[in-house]
Amino acid sequence: MRIPFSALVGMVLTGGFLFIAVFAHFIAPYPIDAPVGGVWESPSASFWLGTDTIGRDILSRLIYGAQITIFVALASSVLAFSLGSFLGFLAAVKGGWVDQLLSRAVDLVMAIPALIVALVLLSVLPLNLTVLILVMGVLDSTRVFRLSRAVAADIAVMDYVEAAKLRGEKGNWVIFREILPNALSPLVAEFGLRFIFAVLFISTLSFLGLGVQPPLADWGGMVKENKDGLIYGKSAALLPAGAIAALAISVNLVADWILTRTSSLKGGRGG
Amino acid sequence: MHPILKLLVQRIALGLLLLFAVSAVIFLGVEALPGNTAQAILGQSATPQAVANLEAKLGLDQPPLTRYFSWLGGILTGDLGKALTNGADIAQSIGQRLGNTLFLAGCAAAIAVPLAIILGLVAARYAGKWPDKVISGITLSTISLPEFVAAYFVIYLLTQLFPIFQPVAMVFPGMGFWAKLHAVALPVIVLVLVVLAHMMRMTRAAILNVMQSAYVETAELKGLSPMTIIWRHAFPNAIAPVVAVVMLNLAYLVVGVVVVEVVFGYNALGQYLVDHVTKRDLPVVQAVGLIFAAVYIFLNMAADIIGILANPRLRHPK
Amino acid sequence: MADDLLLDIKGLVIEATAYPPGEPPKEVTLVHGVDLQLQRGRVLGLIGESGAGKSTIGLSAMAYGRGGVRLTGGTIRLNGREIRTAGPQALRALRGKEVTYVSQSAAASFNPAKRLMEQVIETSLSHGIMGKAEAEARARALFRKLGLPNPDTFGERYPHQVSGGQLQRAMTAMALCPKPDLVIFDEPTTALDVTTQIDVLAAIKEAIRDTQVAALYITHDLAVVAQVADDIMVLRHGRMVELGTTDQIINAPREDYTRALVSVRSLEHAEKTPAPPVLQVANVTARYRGTNFDVLKNVSIDLPAGQTLAVVGESGSGKSTLARAITGLLPPTSGRITFAGRVLSNDVKGRSKDDLREIQMIYQMADTAMNPRQTVGTIIGRPLEFYFGLKGAERDRRVQELLDQIEMGKGFAQRYPAELSGGQKQRVCIARALAAKPKLIICDEVTSALDPLVADGILKLLLNLQAESHVAYLFITHDLATVRAISDKIAVMFKGAVVRYGQKSDVLAPPYDDYTDLLLSSVPEMELGWLERVIEHRRMASAGN
Repeated sequence: MRIPFSALVGMVLTGGFLFIAVFAHFIAPYPIDAPVGGVWESPSASFWLGTDTIGRDILSRLIYGAQITIFVALASSVLAFSLGSFLGFLAAVKGGWVDQLLSRAVDLVMAIPALIVALVLLSVLPLNLTVLILVMGVLDSTRVFRLSRAVAADIAVMDYVEAAKLRGEKGNWVIFREILPNALSPLVAEFGLRFIFAVLFISTLSFLGLGVQPPLADWGGMVKENKDGLIYGKSAALLPAGAIAALAISVNLVADWILTRTSSLKGGRGG
Repeated sequence: MHPILKLLVQRIALGLLLLFAVSAVIFLGVEALPGNTAQAILGQSATPQAVANLEAKLGLDQPPLTRYFSWLGGILTGDLGKALTNGADIAQSIGQRLGNTLFLAGCAAAIAVPLAIILGLVAARYAGKWPDKVISGITLSTISLPEFVAAYFVIYLLTQLFPIFQPVAMVFPGMGFWAKLHAVALPVIVLVLVVLAHMMRMTRAAILNVMQSAYVETAELKGLSPMTIIWRHAFPNAIAPVVAVVMLNLAYLVVGVVVVEVVFGYNALGQYLVDHVTKRDLPVVQAVGLIFAAVYIFLNMAADIIGILANPRLRHPK
Repeated sequence: MADDLLLDIKGLVIEATAYPPGEPPKEVTLVHGVDLQLQRGRVLGLIGESGAGKSTIGLSAMAYGRGGVRLTGGTIRLNGREIRTAGPQALRALRGKEVTYVSQSAAASFNPAKRLMEQVIETSLSHGIMGKAEAEARARALFRKLGLPNPDTFGERYPHQVSGGQLQRAMTAMALCPKPDLVIFDEPTTALDVTTQIDVLAAIKEAIRDTQVAALYITHDLAVVAQVADDIMVLRHGRMVELGTTDQIINAPREDYTRALVSVRSLEHAEKTPAPPVLQVANVTARYRGTNFDVLKNVSIDLPAGQTLAVVGESGSGKSTLARAITGLLPPTSGRITFAGRVLSNDVKGRSKDDLREIQMIYQMADTAMNPRQTVGTIIGRPLEFYFGLKGAERDRRVQELLDQIEMGKGFAQRYPAELSGGQKQRVCIARALAAKPKLIICDEVTSALDPLVADGILKLLLNLQAESHVAYLFITHDLATVRAISDKIAVMFKGAVVRYGQKSDVLAPPYDDYTDLLLSSVPEMELGWLERVIEHRRMASAGN
């Protein structure tokens, strides 16, 4: 199988980001939260990317930032995914009032932009990583719910599922042996998109000061800390901004490829 | 009743019901969360007596349902209550800011919508060829950018590398229209960038979908010219999906505006909301949240209504 | 003679790019050097099974390749001009003027946003063939000729406001309106019900005759094309098999393949004598939840053990609903279903494992009846495991036995459904049903998605299996040739009720009720002049009333 160049680039970059995130403690030359140089120093041999608004090493903070950004995004997208796909499958297979209740609740949450809901919730809830992950995960699970319900509902009306029911198969066999294997590939591509969304979401919240709180740092928070420098020509804020964009684009390239692959598997091309 | 009228009434009723349910969630759902408003205002060291006094003063000792309906009644009569932090009248604070937000979003929409449709048409016309690939490649990257990241790239580019604009967008009452327009140029550019990619991609998909239909093939087999095919056969059927795309993306714009206002220190509704989330000023957050939700619900409803009106099956029933 | 030659195709080669799943795209040749000549005013039938390239060749007369198909070799001369290499400008000038097209699905081919009249006269105006008033008058005349209701106001309607059969006629009117030299009919009656098909077919035939237009008539149904064509070309895998007059092809085919096509519907089966029933459906009435309309109305039928009851009807007759009621997927609102001497629970959930095992089902679309992520071995092996607890080697051995029974050899157990042909897929579904050792198999249109020769093989297999294992079939179909081939008893359904029921020899013998007469007489027969006789018969009958 030939992997297109863009997907290859995406995979290598995504792998690189994951590596940095996992081994941040070994890679980062300086601690995350210690002023080790002057304010907004230019890149030099000792500070490869310069220093920030209170003299911390930007490279080190970027590396630790990768860890926190990716951890929070991954945790919330895993939560969104498990919750959304479980409930989505349940709604599709059970139908009736279970489906009605879940679908109407999801309609209601999706009737308001996720950022607005998050802002309203965070005006009351305490600001810590657990709350952030829960809020983002639950909000985003609504999209996973809609997709997995639609995919499962498409499969649930297939004759082979009816044949299994007529054979007398129990719910477990129907869900795990008949429906799930056929729903997997669209859901895998969706996971990539949900992860990107979570990266953008946590970065935005942190940028607004409502996400990851100091002394921890994620990339969105770093943009916020260093944004004022931009007016004086100090480009420190652009580095974490670029990191966010690079991560999102890399994952997007991979997800895009998986998406076209699964659609061509379904015979979606060439009529 | 004409079936189309019935559908429209149903859709509008659904929108109102949704708005009502959202208001309940914003008020009652938030009440149910852990956290105490009076405690939040007074700080952790406040005595229980002081907290109880403040609760009584703010009416927080009433049952939630009673307070919800008095809140809802207030909103319907234009009374949004007072801010906890400074006691200012919320309706008054919102008035001017809402105008500023709508001005910003309106400018962005006025540029983004025609541009997205034109680019979408071009990409669909040359699907798979280089103009499509260039447009699609660029938009795929901009889709991956959160609003504030795009904003700082634009700021760096247009205030530092090429110093054309000011990095802050100050508007104040009494400012002339053109001065205002110049002031919001940067945030508008950012918003256009962010919303354009989505809108263009969805427009392209909607047009391609119509272009691949059997009736467009029929038109081609009739020997009609490409312009006639697009104008007479594709366009009337593409209006509804394209308008729906535009409306949905204007709804995204509502969210984008919040972040962009913060970036540029633009004194409007989004900035006001984020400020008061930080200050944990619940009445303000609830009121502004409801306004954003209402705009969003309204735009989605408008998309559906246009879809219903444009459907020939519904317009000309059997 | 040379002046009469309208279309002259020589050495036509057509290629396309295929996108097989998980593999790089590859070039495939769809048509390998086909020659075709058509005189003015003649009708040539193009016939073949799926993949024969008949539609692709038909569209090449407009120099059109559908979905990225490329006309890469040979010459196509229309009215003496080469058109395969002609530029877009030249092609636009002839499409819709010299050649027009009638598709299988008129419902999708009309623009939903425009009135019918506007679309029917569009080419007459855009090519400057006639003025608006003249074109509208001609369209109304064509509507009348094609038997459309209220021909004077018919054009005011939108496509979704008229029926499928009417749209098919309207598309024929649209093709004939600009007075073309050639019309391409691409399976124009295939999507219609059999009783509708005959009217549309007769209308098309009359319109062709009256307008003196030449036509390419593309279909998979030899009996249909025999009614309208002067000559027939038989195609297979993108090559010509045989070309001859309709009379010669039907009555004296030269090639084996043509002979097989002609004799395909002649399978006969001797009716078995009446016997005590294994399945009794008594006064069953059913409706879908949330509706107030009975889709089954007081249906009573008996099916003897080891015999076949064919349930015949058009779409919407309730024949598939009857299957759902018997399997318990749609619990009847009243009535009783008795199976092997015991009363079955109305709802599938209330049935015992043996109840479920002894009634098996085979579906119309074998594609969607098998889980694409399971191997043939798993698909057939699961009932063995589920009902009989067979495991490991024992199960594998039994799977192979079943594969042998359905005449598929070794090595199929490891394959996935996507690696099988249409006929093989349906055989695997039969093996899955057999694995449960059922007393009754419900066959829901099991041959209608298959090419005639493949369908014939499946019917023969089913008959052999019945002789071996004494299983009963409830055979649901809309195709009367299939009914003749396989049934012992027949129930004719119409609008949810059984209108005629009994032994095959009784049901298929006069006197008929009106609906059965209509249904039986609508099935195209492989003989010249059949269409005229039926139309004449009906005219007499209605005059008699």
